[in-house]
Amino acid sequence: MSSEEYPLTDLLITGTEINYLFICPTKLWYFAKGITMEQESDWVDLGRFLHEQRYANEEKEVLVGSIKIDFIRRGDVIEVHEVKLGKSMEKAHEMQALYYLYYLKKLGIKAKAILHYPKLNETKEVTLDGREGEIEKAIKEVERIKSLPKPPNPVKSKKCLKCAYYELCWV
Amino acid sequence: MRKRSLTLLSDGTLFRRENTLYFENERGRKPLAVEGIYDLYIYGHVTITSQALHYLAQKGIAVHFFNHYGHYDGSFYPRESLNSGELVIRQAEHYLDREKRLKLAKLFVTGSALNMKKNLKRWKVADGFSEMLKELFEELEGAEKITEVMNVEARIREAYYSRWDGHLPEGFKIVKRTRRPPGNEMNALISFLNSRLYATIVSELYNTQLVPTVSYLHEPGERRFSLALDLSEIFKPIVADRLATRLVTKRTLSKEHFREELNGVLLTKEGMKKVLSEYEKELTKSVKHPELKRNVTKKRLIRLEAYKLIKHLVGVKEYEPLVAWF
Ligand code: SF4
Repeated sequence: MSSEEYPLTDLLITGTEINYLFICPTKLWYFAKGITMEQESDWVDLGRFLHEQRYANEEKEVLVGSIKIDFIRRGDVIEVHEVKLGKSMEKAHEMQALYYLYYLKKLGIKAKAILHYPKLNETKEVTLDGREGEIEKAIKEVERIKSLPKPPNPVKSKKCLKCAYYELCWV
Repeated sequence: MRKRSLTLLSDGTLFRRENTLYFENERGRKPLAVEGIYDLYIYGHVTITSQALHYLAQKGIAVHFFNHYGHYDGSFYPRESLNSGELVIRQAEHYLDREKRLKLAKLFVTGSALNMKKNLKRWKVADGFSEMLKELFEELEGAEKITEVMNVEARIREAYYSRWDGHLPEGFKIVKRTRRPPGNEMNALISFLNSRLYATIVSELYNTQLVPTVSYLHEPGERRFSLALDLSEIFKPIVADRLATRLVTKRTLSKEHFREELNGVLLTKEGMKKVLSEYEKELTKSVKHPELKRNVTKKRLIRLEAYKLIKHLVGVKEYEPLVAWF
């Protein structure tokens, strides 16, 4: 698959949307339509807290087009840093990071991504290396779900128990 | 930390100094932990500085004002932070499409009536109500205008009030439901509770993406937050009416908690205090939710009703009004 397929101007998807695709398509749809729940979740508050504490001195919340990166370090190669809580959504985190790298590559910026799991004291490096096809597939899927007239039917799973959309989905 | 509603019943001044909100009156100055406030209900004569309002807005805290009678005056509804263009459009669509609007209006009336029936059964004064409801529901189904729906609703309510009286102690009969000003104790109590409930619903709507001014049973613009009026049809019987009944049958309230004024009967300050504390207690009681399989507070049931409405509007699941199982 060619990475020419998506000119930058068409990339209007946010990192969160890519992330949610790998968590739950229902959540993605609601979120993309502005029906959000996160403002009440303690989980998000904790994330905010961590963000303010441990990474206080970084260049934070860097906006590039439609993406917003937790923080950036500039060296020989640009480092994109994302801070996450637990590892249960690892795939989603990785794809979000990949999307950022893909986006930056379109801008002609070579970068690598580092995922931080401060609670676990772990980090994980992500590089684009030939994974363009994977991310392009994900972009297409996000676009497809966003264009649906109503959210995909929820599927009950373990994820639902911690999900801010639990009540909306299952009431 | 779970956020809580805060009620100011006494007179005083609300102001901000640095990052703290203070309430000050002749008894002293009290800091209010803003992070723990969900919403604010003001019954006393309170002077609020604009800095305090800015701060409340910044924290997304809605403030509701009540007058001398304990009736709702209005809300300070901070600039909305939650917006969904998609939902606004769906809400308007369901208003503009006659069939869609009628459907929702009827569902609110049906839910309300079934909750009234549930109350009458609890109070053992339901004679003939079910049969009557059957007929009225048929009429409701055939209604083709909102005014017809409203008319059926009024008749259901009338039948409900007349039976409800049979359960109330002497001196606390509703007799004839009068609103402004309330003509007797029970009317004063019901109005007071309905006002508070309405404001509670406004707060819940504030925390969703629903536009509170687009409604279905009530005409938008009838009152500013007419969607809260729609939802209050469902909750009045199970929250306000039940609580009012309990307060007078258990004699938590007596005649001395009311006073007569030129313009009618109203609760005394002591009476309001009692009612409000019972109201808060009532809303924080949990019930096991059959679908969610979780305990939810009665207050949360209001939010869930908003979620059900959202799902109806986006076409996920048809709205089924809450009928008390508890
Ligand atoms: S509750 Fe479950 S189905 Fe609903 S959005 Fe969350 S994860 Fe998806």
